[in-house]
Amino acid sequence: MSLFNPTGDSDAALLPTGDASLRREAMVFLSRHGELWTLAILGVLVAIFGLLSPDFFSRASWLATSQFAVEYLLLGLGETFVIITAGIDLSVGAILGFAGIVGAIVMRALITYDAGTAVETAAGVLAALATGSAVGFLNGFLITRLRLTPFVVTLGTLSMCTGGIYLVNGGENVGTIPDIIGTAGSLAIGGWVPVTVLITAVFCILCAFLLSQTQFGLRTYAVGSNPVGASRAGVEVDRHLVKIYMLAGFLSAVAGLMVMARFASASVQAGANDELDAITAAVIGGASLFGGRGTILGTVIGSFVITVLVTGLILIGVQPFWQQVAVGAILIFAVAVDQLRDRLLGVI
Amino acid sequence: MRGEMTPGSAEPLLQVVNVSKSYGHIRALTDVSFDVGAGEVVGLVGDNGAGKSTLVNIIAGAIRPSSGTLRIDGREVHFSSALDARMAGIEAVYQDLALALDLDIWANIFLGREILRPGLLGRLGVLNKPAMRERAARGLGRTGIRVGSIRTPCRSLSGGQRQAVAVARGLIWGSRLLLMDEPTAALGVEQQAKVGELIGAVRAQGIPVVLVSHNMPQVHAICDRIVVLFRGRKVTDRDARSMTIEDTIASITGASIRGEDAASVTA
Repeated sequence: MSLFNPTGDSDAALLPTGDASLRREAMVFLSRHGELWTLAILGVLVAIFGLLSPDFFSRASWLATSQFAVEYLLLGLGETFVIITAGIDLSVGAILGFAGIVGAIVMRALITYDAGTAVETAAGVLAALATGSAVGFLNGFLITRLRLTPFVVTLGTLSMCTGGIYLVNGGENVGTIPDIIGTAGSLAIGGWVPVTVLITAVFCILCAFLLSQTQFGLRTYAVGSNPVGASRAGVEVDRHLVKIYMLAGFLSAVAGLMVMARFASASVQAGANDELDAITAAVIGGASLFGGRGTILGTVIGSFVITVLVTGLILIGVQPFWQQVAVGAILIFAVAVDQLRDRLLGVI
Repeated sequence: MRGEMTPGSAEPLLQVVNVSKSYGHIRALTDVSFDVGAGEVVGLVGDNGAGKSTLVNIIAGAIRPSSGTLRIDGREVHFSSALDARMAGIEAVYQDLALALDLDIWANIFLGREILRPGLLGRLGVLNKPAMRERAARGLGRTGIRVGSIRTPCRSLSGGQRQAVAVARGLIWGSRLLLMDEPTAALGVEQQAKVGELIGAVRAQGIPVVLVSHNMPQVHAICDRIVVLFRGRKVTDRDARSMTIEDTIASITGASIRGEDAASVTA
């Protein structure tokens, strides 16, 4: 009975003291805010481009960068949820294209006057969102029911959607869509805030709230961190995963609509290869491919790192293909820093 | 449901009555009966394959017995899942703890039973973090082990602290009985002693503990009573103070029964 000490003074042995405690606090802070590194990288990029090209801080540059970022932001949001569950979604880019073209075909089929009305627009938007959600559901269903890895399932649906894009309209772009979509896509509120950017910002805020403040978000981290433990705690892990992949599919469809608005048509090329940039944005932003970690803020910063590189390099007269090289290098650097930090700070 | 026990009742909290479990031709448990009273720490020991895990899993609702019953407060209960057992107030702390290491302490304690904001926000699934943090801190206080900030992710806790979080989860849910399966197997000597204190703190709340362990000195130091399983049968059920470690080991290996009543065991 000597082991039981109700006054509990010897508990102190379990507590870190002095320096160790401070170091632990610092460690906890850093491991929680992986996006700080990415913010630093973004800051450095902005400073360099700003110094090399005075045009970098112009309105035209901001509009180009922010509208270009819309695609990666929306795909990156869904990818962040998926990656936190220790999954991966390779199909987001193909869903973007497929949902966009399905939505455009529905609009075209319903249009009776040249301009098109709100009814056709709404029907097309709903069709696109339903298509994206349905493919997302298929991803989640196959992953949880057939116990296939997310990599294999989403690689399969990536291929299927890519084929579908060409099949549904014979490989042609769809240009006959209501004028209001193209109008909204070229409108910038106050000259500075494009409508597509505004809509994307709203989704970013909603997703950040969902992930950090709700039961759904908490369980997303739990499912990625320890699926067995989450299941024992009463979380319906499979159902949760299906919802996550549906969310990613839905957001990909939103991205498809934004791209359609920007170009005032649905292109068969839209979204191709975007999945790699979406994954990169999330991972640069601190999301761990092992699951359990990642933030929306990090992904937003990561998306801007990618897009600032494109506009920046063009402005300083470097071939934009270097952007892909630079993004690849930053991706490897970000993951290396992430792992090194964990090792240095003694976190496994 | 819980909370219906008449105060001062002499009924044992948990009664295991003639429980048997067979897997095809293999009998994992044969006619095992034992009681656990309020505030009692019962050590459940036996060699590998003696049936401890099967018995613990039956009590935790994860396995259904082939025959026999469980009673809580004298009333028969039938668990069809671990969730049923938890609803009846039986919390299991598993060897691997089942914590989500990326989540904070408070989030681990409330995972699956999150407190939501009142009103519309709650219906939208918005978490009431201050309430959970406050209750988690109080629950951890009751375990007697301090872990620093309640906002620390579990990954940066020591093994003993993680054990404390798992036990606090049991305590906060007002559990009637705590099952601990090899809680010290992965821990160092110092941490093992801490878990011993933890079990003492739980007992002090009047909550009984069933402890499965291979660590005989610890079992003898902590437990009030020791139940020994040998090839699926209960061979010993005695006050821990009336036994030496050697007695227990003899019972576990079957040495003590070879002379007297080996026939009944091997039958």
